[in-house]
Amino acid sequence: MTVGTDAHGGSAPARDFAFGRALKAIGLALALLAAPQAAFAAGHAPETSAASVTLPAPATGAPATSAIAARAPDVAGNPASATPGDKLAPAPAGSYTRMKPTPGIGMPVDGGTGLQSQHSPLGEYGRWFHDGILLPLIVIITLFVLFLLIWVIARYNRRANPVPSRTSHNTLIEVVWTLLPVLLLVGIAVPSIDLLAKQYKPAPAKALTIKATGNQWFWTYTYPDNGGFEVTSYMLNLPGQPAINTGVREVGSDPSDGPAHLEVDNRIVVPVGEPIRMQITGSDVIHSWAVPSLWFKLDGVPGRINEKVLFIDRPGVYYGQCSELCGARHGYMPIAVEALPRAQFNAWVLSQQGGVIDGKPKPAPTGAEAAVAAAVAASGTPAAADAATAQPAAAISPPAPAASASAKPAA
Amino acid sequence: MATLAPESFQAHEEHGHADHAHDHPAFFARWFMSTNHKDIGTLYLIFAICAGLIGGAISGLMRMELAAPGIQYLGTFARWFGEANPSFDQSLHLWNVLITAHGMIMVFFVVMPAMIGGFGNWFVPLMIGAPDMAFPRMNNISFWLTVAGFCSLMTSTFVPGGTGNGAGTGWTVYAPLSTSGSPGPAVDFAIFSLHLAGAGSIMGAINFITTIFNMRAPGMTLHKMPLFVWSMLVTAFLLLLALPVLAAAITMLITDRNFGTTFFDATGGGDPVLYQHLFWFFGHPEVYIMILPGFGMISQIISTFSKKPVFGYLGMAYAMVAIGVVGFIVWAHHMYTTGLSVNTKMYFTAATMVIAVPTGIKIFSWIATMWGGALEFASPMIWAIGFIFLFTVGGVTGVVLANGGIDDYMQDTYYVVGHFHYVLSLGAVTSLFAGFYYWFPKMSGRWHSEFLAKLHFLVFFVGVNMIFFPMHFLGLQGMPRRYPDYAEAYTYWNHFETVGYMVMAASIGIWLVNIAYAFAVGKHAEGNYWGEGATTLEWTLSSPPPFHQFETLPVIDDGAHH
Repeated sequence: MTVGTDAHGGSAPARDFAFGRALKAIGLALALLAAPQAAFAAGHAPETSAASVTLPAPATGAPATSAIAARAPDVAGNPASATPGDKLAPAPAGSYTRMKPTPGIGMPVDGGTGLQSQHSPLGEYGRWFHDGILLPLIVIITLFVLFLLIWVIARYNRRANPVPSRTSHNTLIEVVWTLLPVLLLVGIAVPSIDLLAKQYKPAPAKALTIKATGNQWFWTYTYPDNGGFEVTSYMLNLPGQPAINTGVREVGSDPSDGPAHLEVDNRIVVPVGEPIRMQITGSDVIHSWAVPSLWFKLDGVPGRINEKVLFIDRPGVYYGQCSELCGARHGYMPIAVEALPRAQFNAWVLSQQGGVIDGKPKPAPTGAEAAVAAAVAASGTPAAADAATAQPAAAISPPAPAASASAKPAA
Repeated sequence: MATLAPESFQAHEEHGHADHAHDHPAFFARWFMSTNHKDIGTLYLIFAICAGLIGGAISGLMRMELAAPGIQYLGTFARWFGEANPSFDQSLHLWNVLITAHGMIMVFFVVMPAMIGGFGNWFVPLMIGAPDMAFPRMNNISFWLTVAGFCSLMTSTFVPGGTGNGAGTGWTVYAPLSTSGSPGPAVDFAIFSLHLAGAGSIMGAINFITTIFNMRAPGMTLHKMPLFVWSMLVTAFLLLLALPVLAAAITMLITDRNFGTTFFDATGGGDPVLYQHLFWFFGHPEVYIMILPGFGMISQIISTFSKKPVFGYLGMAYAMVAIGVVGFIVWAHHMYTTGLSVNTKMYFTAATMVIAVPTGIKIFSWIATMWGGALEFASPMIWAIGFIFLFTVGGVTGVVLANGGIDDYMQDTYYVVGHFHYVLSLGAVTSLFAGFYYWFPKMSGRWHSEFLAKLHFLVFFVGVNMIFFPMHFLGLQGMPRRYPDYAEAYTYWNHFETVGYMVMAASIGIWLVNIAYAFAVGKHAEGNYWGEGATTLEWTLSSPPPFHQFETLPVIDDGAHH
């Protein structure tokens, strides 16, 4: 019955909730509904210390890498880049390295019987609500009913009690077994409504926006705040099975690959520790973007954009699967979320074709690069960087760490 | 509950030879042009058993494929279904056809026909002391429309449905997967099958409402009706109000598919989520349609074998009414992840939880009925007690799923599959078996083997729990439903469930042997073979009842309790 984070300042009283104080708790719930949940935003404010995360050093003497070259098939020994031209390949080594998932984190575990480990504030709250309140309650109710059944079987069978009573009414007990469930349900409703309210807390205006589009049968991720580039995400083929996505490599051919059925060629990469405005839609039929370990599931409905905040507590790779029947390969369009510290995320963005940070693509790798980086670091919006915006994607090279860190939007 | 005033009633003794040649029409006229509620009930039961064996066999195919990760059998199955050389996508499409067919068959062609058409037709007129249903010929149309619907659904399996043969849309037929996502006639056949079955059910509902309101025996007020009749009355109203909405929704699907309308297509100003609202406005009452008659049967059985009247009769009756009413205003809890607004989600969370209250009243009242009784553990009673436990498990997971915030995790996972199979496969089907063993000697005049009936329960109970309990684990671990293939981590419980399926299948074998035993060597059953606890009117008749009963209406004693 613990919540592992202080991010839920607003829910702390609800956590101490006891059934005997149900009415008081209702009042609290109403207050929570009315209040704008300021604590949520405060608790989820992005870390401001991203600069402390060190970025991999730029490859020495990295040449000006054209956008075409970035998709060349020799990257990091990763055959994924041999995918057809419409699929974006990972960037050159040095700027961004694909993360290796931690076994058991962000994925199901062998023979597991409980919720996946949770790595978002909502998920921790949801896990507390399920494991701490709902599960014990339903187990107790079921065992209580089972006990009553065993009791009447043992006590009131024909041999033990040959003459049946004719009792068919008892107003008191009928009122009790009507009101008691009502009280229990009111008790459940308090944290439930609280959880709902938190789930609908909108993202801050400056939050990073990422759009996920479900297609038959792959996901595309668009980064409108970062130049509008698009990542196409196909499931990696399964060894010993017919090729599901032609041109995509088999799972396990890269050391950073996660479990079969869950790993994709190009993950959605997101920054950790800040609210992200996830927009979900579908291009053909309804899909559902779902990542259990992040307590996130939202349908991608054609013609409509659904929006919800994604907030990830710690770096890692988190897996999910399409959760709305979408045709033949419904089971083969998984979701892999790679959550990186802001600086590394920025590096990843700049490694993508057309990727920009704060409207600025990667500076040109001239001799003035260091100066530009310094200027960026110093002022935040230097004229030099603005000038660079005028030629987006003209040249891509790894950014200087300082530039990358300072380019982080203040959410 | 109604008690008979014995001196005021005689059970049609003068033509008591039910099987006398001149007493009923010849074979074709009797079974294909029937207007007799008992014969039509029998037809419904035979039909539901056949459909149930098909639907159950389909789940066997699914569990076979799910025994291990990877695709092992779907290609072979696709060949069985007429694809000469199925591509991988066609094999995967077959999976969606199987889940669609399993769902539609079990909902529309097994549970509903068995509960309403079968036991409802048989025992509503008998329990209220009526000679037949109000509209006997419409009763016959209802049945044959259901059969026609089933034929349409079976046809859909063998015609093109997009990627491969058959309708692969899920039983919910969500647009746009069912419209632009599924070219070919298969989905049209599947939709039309729901039209036919729905029309049959609407007519059946009209028939039941009219019968129950107008044809009760003298003295049987509404508050003296057996609870099974109450359950059928509530169910009939749910059908009458819910099915036209389904009919409208799927008609719009048909026109979207074939005539260029865009009800559910955003590019033409429509909305795919509108379809879900319409479908679940029908779909949620539908789940109560499937379980309420079961509630009624369980009440009769518990009372009979406790040798006590039902505890809290009025509370039980109005709990069903309450479940029916509230069942109409909770539909969007099936749509928590579609992008509902926060207030909508809060409302549907609260409203859904309210249903737990009348359901709890029913569970506790059943136990209170047994409390102080002289329990006799005949096979129907054992099935009924099993029902109470299994339905409780399904009910409490329903309380978990009622929470909109929890469904950001649970929606469309195996937790949901486990939940609704506990209330339907284990709840409704268990009550069907309880009713079957309770009334089988009454309907057939032959005794089944009580030993086999209890063995059937034991094996079935173990089997279904092995199949469906681990589904909660898989759901909690995040396994999505409607997947033919899964990550390695899900292997253990999936394999376990497949073993459970084999146990369950063995229990169905025991049941079929039991039926064969009854017809081959079963003893003849008396009129009231369950003895003193069985107090409703059907027990005043012979087993099987005469072809036409209650030519002299029974009179219900005013002095009876209530």
